[in-house]
Amino acid sequence: MVRIKEKVIEGLLMTAGMITILTTLGIIWILFSESYGFFKEVHIVDFLSDTQWTPLFAQKHYGILPLLSGTLLVTFIAIMVALPLGIIIAIYLSEYAPANFRNKVKPSLEILAAVPTVVYGFFALTVVTPFLQNFIPGLSTFNALSAGMVMGIMIIPMISSLSEDALTAVPKSLREASYGMGATRFQTAIKVTVPAASSGILVSVILAIGRAIGETMIVTIAAGQQPVFTFDIRQSVETITAYIVQVSLGDVQHGSLEYQTIYAAGITLFLFTFLLNNISYFIKKKYQEKYE
Amino acid sequence: MNSIRKNRITDTLFNYLGIASTMFGLIMLAIFITNILIDGIARIDWQFLTSLPSRKPERAGILTAWTGTAWILGLTAVFAIPLGVAAGIYLEEYGKKNKLGTIIEINITNLAGVPSIIYGLLGLEIFVRILHFGASLMAGAFTLALLILPIIIVATREAIRAVPSSLREASFGMGATKWQTIWHQVLPAASGGILTGIILSLSRAVGETAPLIVIGALAYVPFVAKTPLDEFTVLPMQIFNWTSRPQHGFIINAAAAIIILLVLTFIMNGIAIYLRNRWQKRVKW
Amino acid sequence: MPTIQTIDINAWYGTKQALKNISLEIEEHSITAFIGPSGCGKSTFIRIFNRMNDYIEGFKMEGQVLIDRQDINAKEVRVEELRQRVGIVFQKPNPFPKSIFENVAYGLRIQGINDKKVLSEVVEKSLMRAALWDEVKDDLNHPALSLSGGQQQRLCIARTLAVEPKIILMDEPASALDPISTSKIEDLATELKENYTIIIVTHNMQQAARISDKTAFFYMGEMIEYDKTTDLFTNPRHERTENYITGRFG
Repeated sequence: MVRIKEKVIEGLLMTAGMITILTTLGIIWILFSESYGFFKEVHIVDFLSDTQWTPLFAQKHYGILPLLSGTLLVTFIAIMVALPLGIIIAIYLSEYAPANFRNKVKPSLEILAAVPTVVYGFFALTVVTPFLQNFIPGLSTFNALSAGMVMGIMIIPMISSLSEDALTAVPKSLREASYGMGATRFQTAIKVTVPAASSGILVSVILAIGRAIGETMIVTIAAGQQPVFTFDIRQSVETITAYIVQVSLGDVQHGSLEYQTIYAAGITLFLFTFLLNNISYFIKKKYQEKYE
Repeated sequence: MNSIRKNRITDTLFNYLGIASTMFGLIMLAIFITNILIDGIARIDWQFLTSLPSRKPERAGILTAWTGTAWILGLTAVFAIPLGVAAGIYLEEYGKKNKLGTIIEINITNLAGVPSIIYGLLGLEIFVRILHFGASLMAGAFTLALLILPIIIVATREAIRAVPSSLREASFGMGATKWQTIWHQVLPAASGGILTGIILSLSRAVGETAPLIVIGALAYVPFVAKTPLDEFTVLPMQIFNWTSRPQHGFIINAAAAIIILLVLTFIMNGIAIYLRNRWQKRVKW
Repeated sequence: MPTIQTIDINAWYGTKQALKNISLEIEEHSITAFIGPSGCGKSTFIRIFNRMNDYIEGFKMEGQVLIDRQDINAKEVRVEELRQRVGIVFQKPNPFPKSIFENVAYGLRIQGINDKKVLSEVVEKSLMRAALWDEVKDDLNHPALSLSGGQQQRLCIARTLAVEPKIILMDEPASALDPISTSKIEDLATELKENYTIIIVTHNMQQAARISDKTAFFYMGEMIEYDKTTDLFTNPRHERTENYITGRFG
């Protein structure tokens, strides 16, 4: 009896674990099957090379490039904000800050990541953009710059926390060796701890990029819905995610080509994040137990 | 000698740069909370909390939104907690060495990085269409449950891993079975960490907007949901909707609703941080 | 004239006192050994000579440490410059995850010296003095972590020698090593004595007896006895010292 009960329980637990695999399979199946319909109508070469995306207009074009450029542009701005700040904060917290200061600041910074993204979108649209318009002539109401900057602030803690964990994991003995030879804390950080923690820092940046690419509400609210193939940060752009929202809010017939465009956009997004995830997983596994 | 002086100056400058950068994020957060408070705090009153949506900003309220959020919170918890904790136990206690365990682990790492909007596409197809839930609370809660599952699983695993093997051995030594050991020893010892993860994941679910838009949740719902199969809206949806209106009155409403949403998020995060600290202090085996 | 002198050193970690009223003098070109049971304060004490405790939170110290008559805790003393004069070798070998060459060149690079020729000369000279040159001269670009434990520790000594310190602190440098590597480190210390002043912390009383000129015995944060090594081991003046060196506790 007891043995049977044990086996049944193990089976139930395993089923719960299997649900996660079903989720992944479900995502892949749905993205592929729905975009299969799309790619029957639209040639993949057009999809990848046409510089216009106008599925909802009379003159239809299905080039992903404008959405992709919008996504990458906003992501780039976000990383430009979050990368330097995140890494400086991580180095400061791990090498300089007293322990009790660090223990207070770290959870406070993580609040930044806990704020719902719709709130950041509101902030970007109603505070940051009007503020920036004072300095940047030609900055439109919806623009890549504000959305990217605010997104950058949001992902600071992703980079700073994970990088700080990686830096803290560098053995104290290496720091002491460096101090013992007369190096300053800054030199020790740049020449010893940061290189030793580089794989962990890299992973944090890759994960942050993945998060920025998939972020939806900030860009939907603050970057606009103009799929233009541009790298002008003052202009309104549309990201892949914002496009999916745009279609979802509208009244598009299930099974129509317009409807299938959100899956084609979705699969592009999924492939990007999937690739980034696996790169970071690979780096983590390969360099995990470097010390001792 | 000269180089030492130069190095020391760099060192000191970096110290200040570090303080400034750390403060930058916190100051932005402060600016941004102050702004929203100034815009919205005066709008929060009994009428705002108990009114249905309206075309006139001064008559609109968040009754449907906050009740929807409460529904979603409860239902998502019901679906996600047992599944997430069970999967976490399986991975940590049973599937550690076998191939299935490894596959599930890689898979969870991947799922954790899938953008939330993709979960919306999944939910739209599976729950809304195939299972015919429509754009209901059920469909929304199932979608969000799948979204936060990886967070609960990872938290459960970490909490279980922190339980020392001596505790398991003591239990096995008394003749307990594996499941008895897990149920009576491991889970109680890991409960603080698991609970922390659950609360954080639910706080994430409460703030999500994108997947709910994709499954077709509406911003304008003129009644309070009574059953899990009713249509619904949630606070973030309501905020999004008001933010995209041109009238200034709606922007103020959005700010007021954001205050409510932030209070809820911060309370949940605060409880989680409190639990984490208490648990970490206690777990000095 | 003593190169090193400490006057009434007291030190605390938080509220716990780690060192009590320690005053001693150390001569140039000698080896001084600090012995005593674990937690007796000997490691805390050796780290005082190049202020390695500065970054330890809650550490507090009173008293004076004079090196060449200069108070090393005085405001105008730059700790980085002090550490170039007073090098340290740690208990566990801790080479940087860089090449052998870069490990030894590290101290010069942080001083802003990047001239390849100068670096090569110093690296070769330092490795020779640390008796490691013959073993690694063809593998200078190999990662330092590929060396054996004993080689790693000699590399750490070479790294310290490269910045031309006058004093070398060794905090149980051989405790993580096998007997053959240990004897190599001991031989090395004896050779280095000609040009450097060496302070060594050790658990191993035979080691102290073999290589040191003077020995200090520490117990519970106090320096119980400090004398010529031969005298301390053959004719201890205190009962605690005798109990310890005869192995009755420790």
